[in-house]
Amino acid sequence: MDNNIIISLKDIVVDFDGETILNGLSLDIHDKEFVTLLGPSGCGKTTTLRIIGGFQTPKSGSVFFDGKDIADLPPYKREVNTVFQKYALFSHLNVFENIAFGLRLKKLPDQEIKSRVLEMLEIVGLKNFARRDINTLSGGQQQRVAIARALVNQPKVLLLDEPLGALDLKLRKEMQIELKRIQQALEITFIYVTHDQEEALTMSDTVVVMKGGIIQQIGTPQDIYNEPVNAFVADFIGESNILDGIMVRDFLVEINGTQFTCVDKGFKPNELVNVVIRPEDIEVVPAIQGQLSGVVKSVVFKGVHYEITVEQGGFDWIIHSTQKQNVGELIGMNIGPEEIHIMKRMRD
Amino acid sequence: MKILKKLYWVFVLAFLYMPIFVMIAFSFNQSKSRTVWTGFTLKWYVELFKNEAIIKAFFTTLIVAVIAATVATVLGTIAAVGIDAMKNWEKSLVINISYMPVVNPDIITGISLLLLFNVFRQWFDFDFGMGTLIISHITFNVPYVILSVMPKLKQMDYRVYEAALDLGCNPTQAFFKVVVPEIMPGIISGFLMALTFSIDDFIISYFNSGHAQTLPVAIYAMARRRVSPEMYALSTIMFLVILTVLFAVNIKSIKDEKKVTR
Amino acid sequence: MKTKYISAPYLLWMAIFIFAPLCLVVYFAFTDKRGNFTFENMSALSTYAPVFLRSIILAGVATVVCLVMAYPVSYFMSRMKANRQKVMMMVIMLPMWMNFLLRTYAWMSLLERNGLINKFFGLFGMGPFNMINTNGAVILGMVYNYLPFMILPLYSTMVKIDHSLVEAAQDLGGNLYHVLTKVLLPLSLPGITTGITMVFVPSCSTFVISRMLGGDSAFMIGDLIDLQFLGNSYNPHLGSAMSLVLMVLVLLCMSVTNGFADDDSEGLL
Repeated sequence: MDNNIIISLKDIVVDFDGETILNGLSLDIHDKEFVTLLGPSGCGKTTTLRIIGGFQTPKSGSVFFDGKDIADLPPYKREVNTVFQKYALFSHLNVFENIAFGLRLKKLPDQEIKSRVLEMLEIVGLKNFARRDINTLSGGQQQRVAIARALVNQPKVLLLDEPLGALDLKLRKEMQIELKRIQQALEITFIYVTHDQEEALTMSDTVVVMKGGIIQQIGTPQDIYNEPVNAFVADFIGESNILDGIMVRDFLVEINGTQFTCVDKGFKPNELVNVVIRPEDIEVVPAIQGQLSGVVKSVVFKGVHYEITVEQGGFDWIIHSTQKQNVGELIGMNIGPEEIHIMKRMRD
Repeated sequence: MKILKKLYWVFVLAFLYMPIFVMIAFSFNQSKSRTVWTGFTLKWYVELFKNEAIIKAFFTTLIVAVIAATVATVLGTIAAVGIDAMKNWEKSLVINISYMPVVNPDIITGISLLLLFNVFRQWFDFDFGMGTLIISHITFNVPYVILSVMPKLKQMDYRVYEAALDLGCNPTQAFFKVVVPEIMPGIISGFLMALTFSIDDFIISYFNSGHAQTLPVAIYAMARRRVSPEMYALSTIMFLVILTVLFAVNIKSIKDEKKVTR
Repeated sequence: MKTKYISAPYLLWMAIFIFAPLCLVVYFAFTDKRGNFTFENMSALSTYAPVFLRSIILAGVATVVCLVMAYPVSYFMSRMKANRQKVMMMVIMLPMWMNFLLRTYAWMSLLERNGLINKFFGLFGMGPFNMINTNGAVILGMVYNYLPFMILPLYSTMVKIDHSLVEAAQDLGGNLYHVLTKVLLPLSLPGITTGITMVFVPSCSTFVISRMLGGDSAFMIGDLIDLQFLGNSYNPHLGSAMSLVLMVLVLLCMSVTNGFADDDSEGLL
């Protein structure tokens, strides 16, 4: 799979009104992969997608598709299709004609158009909706039409721009599974833009975390979650406790005056670092048995776990625990060496 | 309170409709008098079709209105798409100049075009007539088209246009296959507005029609002495036609609405 | 869409047929017959000040009458069921579909000394009243012709006002006067200003209504301008000067009314 690079972005720079949107972005996307561009709004993820789709031309840099430079190719000559934010369906056409739109432009015979559209309707689960008016469909159904309209053209790559943003939570979960199923069934590359980290983790083969027009980390969902490269990624992907620490020497870090063994090395002696600890990785123990001890400030029931805030050394620790604690109680906290993630101190 | 409200409605509607009824009634009057009722007749409706001046004015009005509204709709729709793509200051400059004919009193639009045509006449050989009439009608119609198309463009999700490109349309195809259908309601209402304003316009036509008389200009010429009952008859017919059309359209839209809500 | 250039044909049209003519008005206003620069046209206007004043007063009165008449109509209409609103709107706009010259002409038949209204009063032994060729008749003509222009914008802002606001005001102990001044008027202000401009501008510049219903007594700016261009006292330079003043007057009126209602151009159509 590694040799099979289908899209490659090299040193892409995009300016808008003097503001840098993408700052020398390079990215390789492999064939048949489900790639998610993840980041807060304004991080340049949608711009990246629009460059691949051809809706925006970069100020500099190149876009390769199957090894050919397509930077100057207009959208209608590219072998990619897009599922747009809010679907962008054609309200003057019915479901069938929306999906048939691309095929009609290719002047395919009516018979073929019909069979391909009907097949696609079946795939997205809208078998009996062909003659329906677009405006009478629910959000989820419109979403499916938008996906079908793009996929019916058999693109090598499907671009999806926050496609589930307008749906309610339950429907969104359903569609996540649905999209993954379609991607695996059709064996094509999906490039998916979202700001929802959970969505990114559940669906993707590869997650690209972006911020300020720069890629922060590329990796599998597991990599990104377990081994965030910096505090931003750690904070953006799931909840984290991010503290200032001092790397005393290899495998030993000092946090809030207490020294912990860890698995990181290669920092200068006594270098200032960021320490990231996931809330679920902190073990709650009786106060005297803990490496650290603090007072419980609040306890909130979250369904599967309690979210407990503990004050220790001037820092509010967040702990996810299945055991309820009482506010005002003194508790102890233990953290294993593998659960401590050390990263370079962020400048901001 | 309820009775007061009813009385008020009656008063307002009577005020609005009194002249209309007077005119319709007198289109059936035997004598040419506009105040004395002398008996029922349909002869003015027969005479109407023999009155060449009125028939000619009627067709002049219709031809000018249809041509002007059509040209204005095409010109205005394209203009609106272009204006929509402009940046702030360009946009507000063009929009402000465009709306001058709407904002200005008609008489100023009328005389300013008259001045322009007079200047042109020093260079080109032409007379005031159909040509000047159509040009001036297009000029005051275009803003109304822009005015009704612009909001539709603003409402339109620009991604719909991108979706068309994405699915293989070149920009021209995308415009005709997707953008135009999306803004069609605005285009149609712009066209209808242009048509109505054209048919109804008197002041601007008055200054720029030369020998080509539209109905309003002809009526004005008559009104100095006496408007002939044939004109009443024609207006009554036009009024009834419009009444029927509006009635039919409204009934249909009310029915459609019921269908949707059901 | 990077398509701003497709408006080029229109921009050309706009430059020639909207912009250039207005420049010509300014040019003519400040030149004499030989094309030399002069202030003479402008200074000659002082003679006509009474006419300008009369136009403004007549149009102003007509605008106020329109507002007072249209306000309840628009309010009642905005509180009807959706379907009835549509029908009522049609009923109110319908007279506009008959040519306004003819409608005004019909008023002549009604208002004349031996016209229909005097005949009606005659049945009770009253009159005849002298109605045509008075300022009153001109105002009536303006109100009649432009009333729908007031109703339309008023209605379209009022239909957007949430009725619960009125109920809330009543609930909080507001009487009719309070509801009107504290809730309805402020909320319908954009409609009021649009309506005022839409009635005042054509009223102020009319020459048809004044000529048909006002006789010689109610000479207005429009009549003056008409005379300079198509009438006996042909003088487009003086006419342009008058038009320029009228234009400035209208713009002033609009900026004053717009000043009341921020920059809300909604409800214009």
